[in-house]
Amino acid sequence: MIPRPRPERFRLRRTMMFMNAQKPGLIKDAYIYGCDSIMLDLEDAVAENQKDAARFSLYHALKTIDYGDTEVIVRINGLDTPHWQEDIRVCVAGGADGIRIAKCESAQDVKTVEAAVEAAEEEFGVEKGRTLLMAALESPKGILNAYEICSASERLFGVAISGGDFRKCMQTSFQPDGVDMLAARGQMLLAARAAGVQCFDTVFTDLDNEEGFRAEVLQNKAMGFDGKSLINPKQIRLVHQVFAPTRKEVLQAEKIVRAYQEQSAAGVGVFTVDGKMIDIAFIPGAERTLRLAKACGMYEGDLVK
Amino acid sequence: MINAVGREIPDALLTDGKEVYQGKNYMDGRYIQKASPRTRRYEKPQESKVVESIRAALEQCGAKSGMTFSFHHHLRDGDYVVNQVMAVAIEDMGLEDLTIAASSLGNAHDPIADYIEQGKVVGIQTSGIRGRMGEVVSAGKLKTPAIIRSHGGRPRAIEAGEVHIDIAFVAAPTSDCMGNCRGIGGKSNCGSMGYAMTDAKYADHVVVVTDCLVDFPNMPASVEAIDVDAVVVVDSIGNPKKIASAAARISQNPRDLMMAENVARVIAATPWFKDGFSFQTGVGGPSLAANLFLEQYMDERGIKMGWAIGGICGPMVELLKKGKVGKVIDVQDFDLDAVNSINQTPNHFEMSASQYANPANKGAFVNKLDFVVLAALEIDTGFNVNVLTGSDGVLRGAPGGHPDTAAGSKVCIIVTPLTRGRMATVCEHVVTVTTPGDCVDVLVTDYGIAVNPLRPDLIACLDEAGIPHVTIESLKEKAYSLVGRPDDLEWEDKVVAVLEARDGTILDVVRKIRPFTLSED
Repeated sequence: MIPRPRPERFRLRRTMMFMNAQKPGLIKDAYIYGCDSIMLDLEDAVAENQKDAARFSLYHALKTIDYGDTEVIVRINGLDTPHWQEDIRVCVAGGADGIRIAKCESAQDVKTVEAAVEAAEEEFGVEKGRTLLMAALESPKGILNAYEICSASERLFGVAISGGDFRKCMQTSFQPDGVDMLAARGQMLLAARAAGVQCFDTVFTDLDNEEGFRAEVLQNKAMGFDGKSLINPKQIRLVHQVFAPTRKEVLQAEKIVRAYQEQSAAGVGVFTVDGKMIDIAFIPGAERTLRLAKACGMYEGDLVK
Repeated sequence: MINAVGREIPDALLTDGKEVYQGKNYMDGRYIQKASPRTRRYEKPQESKVVESIRAALEQCGAKSGMTFSFHHHLRDGDYVVNQVMAVAIEDMGLEDLTIAASSLGNAHDPIADYIEQGKVVGIQTSGIRGRMGEVVSAGKLKTPAIIRSHGGRPRAIEAGEVHIDIAFVAAPTSDCMGNCRGIGGKSNCGSMGYAMTDAKYADHVVVVTDCLVDFPNMPASVEAIDVDAVVVVDSIGNPKKIASAAARISQNPRDLMMAENVARVIAATPWFKDGFSFQTGVGGPSLAANLFLEQYMDERGIKMGWAIGGICGPMVELLKKGKVGKVIDVQDFDLDAVNSINQTPNHFEMSASQYANPANKGAFVNKLDFVVLAALEIDTGFNVNVLTGSDGVLRGAPGGHPDTAAGSKVCIIVTPLTRGRMATVCEHVVTVTTPGDCVDVLVTDYGIAVNPLRPDLIACLDEAGIPHVTIESLKEKAYSLVGRPDDLEWEDKVVAVLEARDGTILDVVRKIRPFTLSED
């Protein structure tokens, strides 16, 4: 049994890589590719009559493989299927870090899953509140209810849009400039930021279209996403490159955090760094930059973990 | 006697000045007396050297029992020539006690295993040995220990007279009636004929076997008529489909790509990655894919590769055509893109195996090599590599140019997955040492990178570039934690193969495997 540390609700999640939970060859060491989170899929990737086999494979993977610092999230089947309760029991029993709720449309959906998770934690003697949640918004209704979804649970760390289903609902298709999902991405980001949770963009499925992928990731970063869902390890490098802070940003963040620590120890709340006024409101952003920089190998100091 | 890589070499093998491996460059500066062949004068003008059959050629060259025949392996797994010649010599002419000295042997040569079992073939000298031949030799059925040499060690041994070739057989995609041979222009093209060149110069007799006779003179010739005794035209010298694949494709396997990317990162972090650098890579998944990522780093830095050597395939030819590499010098071709390019694309040249890798000559290309990327069946915590014996101890591989390029290059990078099936690739002790650890600098696996402690300069380069690396011991432990630690193989005393280091010293021996039996309880 691999004891995984208690998951952190807010951690770096630039890259979340999907893989079929039924494929031992894939999931046995998916952490080697260096994505921040892996997303073991019990939903669309698994055939209807293979759900049980996939759960079995998932449970034993969680119990025997040391995924190290890589977060392990499981995408469970929709609440309109007969599978989701058993999926949750397996995730909790195996000790997954989090559960991705497919086709989430309301705060009630989150609460329904939360109740089942809590029951499973009780059943398997897992620390209460350990299992995190995230919600996938796949329909216009989900997008319109984004804020109540984002605010529905203390376990919920973020929301992601799922492009395939959403585009079908909207009677559109993938557009290189992202106009097909511009409103939805914007609405979801607003809701996530308002509720103080993270926000992730959908997968880019055309693996041979490197330019298109780069353009989409650049737009994701510009819009303020925390990260992106991926379908292939070869997509990881670019996302990490694009999401990496600049050297100047790192130096500035380092100065701000250091100055804040010194000044607050001296009882000062507002001060200036390079002529700019700084107060506590700047600190989370600067710390986030340093954590990113650390993950990218650009910062080695001890101002952040 | 225990050698420099910790292997016990039986004293019985250390006769006639033979020494055990002492470390790299041990023979530097010594003089050698080159052997010279005893060849026949063809003073009277001949209209043609074409004879009617292989048998006629063998008879003309005075073939008899006890001789050594040499072959080259450019036709790879498609080769028909070794089997054709040996069948005539043994079955039609009744010759015995023959030795085969080939640049490599493979699965195409399974029928030779029968001649070994019958005691007709009593010696094998080769780089590669696989298939049934590997099994019968490992079972101790060859009368004398097989001698395994690298591609550079072979021409060294030939030049030094350690191998005396009575008749060299040159499998030629095209030849003219006098024996000028080329690797292109026929129906079984192989491109470079680099491994045959030293044989043709040092053999007493040379027989060209071709399936495409062309007009005289067939120029520029890879093997020249001045060295050829006879030309035989056969229906087919090989199966073109198995000689060269359509095109070597770069792997799309994410694991291979990740390792290849890390190989390129390591290369780009060293001081030798600058305009005009030199490079060789293998054709395995991650090795070949390294080309792709290296090109990205070259573009980023605005530099070009000066030259590339080795077995060549399409992706390197592509770089040449794009002007990103100055010259390609080629001892063997692996796909049709390379076959069709050699001596056709400007700056794509042919070279001999000696020019490529011989440690005893005065200017082998490997000695000017900055980077080489190589695969491994196993690598141990001393960075010793095995590319010859399987996890069951049976001969099924080939050192090829591995030890030569590793020794000559400034940075030798081994790239391999940490495990293959249930086998740990990174292990405590390799079954057979084929490339000594003092020639291996960096190991790139899917679970991390390790640098040989003998190279603190490279460790500093990786640290400076922020490339994480771990100890090779930790990779070994990780491998064992995933797949378990295997029991040691069990051997009998009999030596079935001697693994010569490229300088001619003895690096390791392969013994007869003791068959595994399940205990009663």
